[in-house]
Amino acid sequence: MTDFVSRREALKRVGLAGAAAAVPIDALAQATQPARGPLETLTPLEADILDAIVARLIPTDASGPGATEARAARYIDRALGGALASFRDVYRGGLAAVDAYARSSKGAAFTQLSPQNQDAVLTNLERNTATGFAAGSAAFFNVVLSHTIQGTFCDPYYGGNDRFVGWDLIGYPGVRLIATANDQKMEAPSSPTHMSAYDYSMFGKKKPARADAGPLRPEEPMVKEPHHGG
Amino acid sequence: MAVNLKKTNVVIVGLGATGGVAALPLAQAGLDVIGLEAGTWLRPDDFAPDELRNNYRGWPQAIQKANREIPTHRPTASSQYSPRLAIHPMMNAVGGTSLHYWAQSWRLNPWDFKVVSETKRRYGASRIPKGSTVEDWPFALDELEPYYDKVEYEIGVSGKAGNIKGAIDRGGNIFEGARAREYPMPPLRGTPFTEMMGDAAHKLGWHAFPGPAAINTRNYQNRTGCAYHGFCARGGCHINAKGSTAVTTIPKAQATKHLTVVSEAHVTTIEVGSDGRVSGVNYIKGGTEYFQPADVVLVASYVYENVRLLLLSKSKAFPNGLSNNHGQVGRHYFSHNQIGGVIALFPKRINNWYGLPAQGVAVDNWADDNFDHSGLDFIGGGNLWVYSDRRPIAAASMSTFGRAPRWGAAWKAHIKQFADSSNTSYLQKTTFPYEDNYLDLDPNVKDPLGFPVCRITADYKDNERRLTTFVQDKMVDWYTAAGAIATEKTPMGTMGPTTHAYGGTRMGDNRETNVVDRWGFSHEAPNLGIVGASVMGTSGARNPTLTAQALAWRTAEHLAKSWKEIAK
Repeated sequence: MTDFVSRREALKRVGLAGAAAAVPIDALAQATQPARGPLETLTPLEADILDAIVARLIPTDASGPGATEARAARYIDRALGGALASFRDVYRGGLAAVDAYARSSKGAAFTQLSPQNQDAVLTNLERNTATGFAAGSAAFFNVVLSHTIQGTFCDPYYGGNDRFVGWDLIGYPGVRLIATANDQKMEAPSSPTHMSAYDYSMFGKKKPARADAGPLRPEEPMVKEPHHGG
Repeated sequence: MAVNLKKTNVVIVGLGATGGVAALPLAQAGLDVIGLEAGTWLRPDDFAPDELRNNYRGWPQAIQKANREIPTHRPTASSQYSPRLAIHPMMNAVGGTSLHYWAQSWRLNPWDFKVVSETKRRYGASRIPKGSTVEDWPFALDELEPYYDKVEYEIGVSGKAGNIKGAIDRGGNIFEGARAREYPMPPLRGTPFTEMMGDAAHKLGWHAFPGPAAINTRNYQNRTGCAYHGFCARGGCHINAKGSTAVTTIPKAQATKHLTVVSEAHVTTIEVGSDGRVSGVNYIKGGTEYFQPADVVLVASYVYENVRLLLLSKSKAFPNGLSNNHGQVGRHYFSHNQIGGVIALFPKRINNWYGLPAQGVAVDNWADDNFDHSGLDFIGGGNLWVYSDRRPIAAASMSTFGRAPRWGAAWKAHIKQFADSSNTSYLQKTTFPYEDNYLDLDPNVKDPLGFPVCRITADYKDNERRLTTFVQDKMVDWYTAAGAIATEKTPMGTMGPTTHAYGGTRMGDNRETNVVDRWGFSHEAPNLGIVGASVMGTSGARNPTLTAQALAWRTAEHLAKSWKEIAK
């Protein structure tokens, strides 16, 4: 299994490097799982299901931390009370439908399924063959996937990409206010800044209000960036 | 009842890329100008390097009148409506979309002004695409050259000239029309990646060169040079290196004391007197209605809003909308064939994390009529553009080129390896107006004030489809020559709301087929001027803004020089 390397990395984080063999897997999972803070929008049950989904979409494995460590679910929970408020009902219905579909197709709550069975459920969502979803399971899957990617790779200001794990995963060297010619060299990428845009004093005073409702609507979750040539 | 304001010389509706330019020559001529802008002033500390906000949430920090009146779209009059966009491609603010555009500032090529006559001369009349309403412009490039020059020096355009008074310089675009002098600043710097692409183009026997941008590359007019920080696309400039009109022509016009900027002013209609001349505009600000009388009205909002405002302004003299007694408002509409592109995967990291969309390398060998079309089944062509610009959410949302699923461990391993190894080209291609592509008012969808929104009925035709395939094939060749291990063509899509919209109030001498004359003034309401890409009759293979700005300067200068005849 590919989990071993990530365990070793996780152990380093909690100061247990070298002790891997002595630590039971369950204890390790607890050590790496960030404690959930107070929820802002989702119910605890909804948050449990969402946690389990994002953990499969961007899993924690040999290639490094995933959506769990990035706290993508926290990003979604917070955004549903602000910019993504129009998606609140989509999540309420969709998360309940995931659980109901897990029970009917696999015989247990989604959070209780093995990772393989969770993946099978998600695959059926993606293929639009899972039943019980108001607008089709694929639509809900696409919403959650795009928000999970946002929550893993966004500016940490929004509650995701915790400790910059998303940016580190893909080698993004971080927010800089000036990039030099050296920063644009193909080899030897610059070291990560680990700065949020709002850590820079010039922007810290004008943080976007959480209530800034983007004009996104549930029927169009996959916002593509339009061209802006000139 | 509306509050009647004191009459002014000129009222400009919209202080964006073109209205912001038009204000300057008018104010400098001593005319009193009131600029009505739906958005607010934004400042450098509004422009945080925040991908989520800038690129995924549609600029919520701005007053977005535009987002409440997003045009609807259907490909043909008998087809289903496309899903409505969630975010208007343009924005409201003093400076408009010139605050957050890519700032690529190309001039059109000589051919773009003479498509009909040049095509007939070289290939025969049968090669004009069937159903197209394309006309030659009422003048050639040399008429517009002095205005391109003025705008390039006023807003600050960096670049490398390829043709100064007929002398070809291979450092620039060897296909461009003659210009009077060099750009005011050298081009944005190259990167190892853009240099690698330039070398590959030369290997293919093509000519590669840096593109022009309204972005400072050194201190210019008390503004600093570009910082290449990677948040230029849909991000305003935090150091004012981008030459938006908010930091160039508008403050300069204000300094003359002849320009008054009224922000958060939502213009609803243009008033027309019994003599058929426009008398001023109605607008709402802070819940109050105002009437601003003026000798001359210049409409300078975006293409969709220009057309919509005319169609909403009905009067006894113009029962079908202002300046529409010949039924030409909304006609000859087209939007740039720019979506169908090519993406590539390289076997190594290319470090596109920093830079900006204007920092790139161009190939013009396959643009316009720069190559022989005798054996081909289309006219026109495309500009190939490759640049350094990548942000993390977009990178993680990259195509997996069929090598990985969309999620899970295999996907994650793929993006970990390749997030910085993929590049997206930008291919702008000739698009023509057609008889059945047009704008009008939507019969069902209204804005919160109850006014119908603009409706787009438009789709690409065979000429656009054929040339897209041709240009995409050239781009695949270019990426492959540079060592790409995979390429993918992206679909060209349909003609929904876009940043590159043209026509609807076309400029031309024939009043039966054009809304404005060669100076940008209405054929029907002589003290109504229109600026913006809505007057353009062809797109060429390049970004519209600089051409629309040059035309705006020319219209404003003509107004100042002919004040007595136009204003009466």
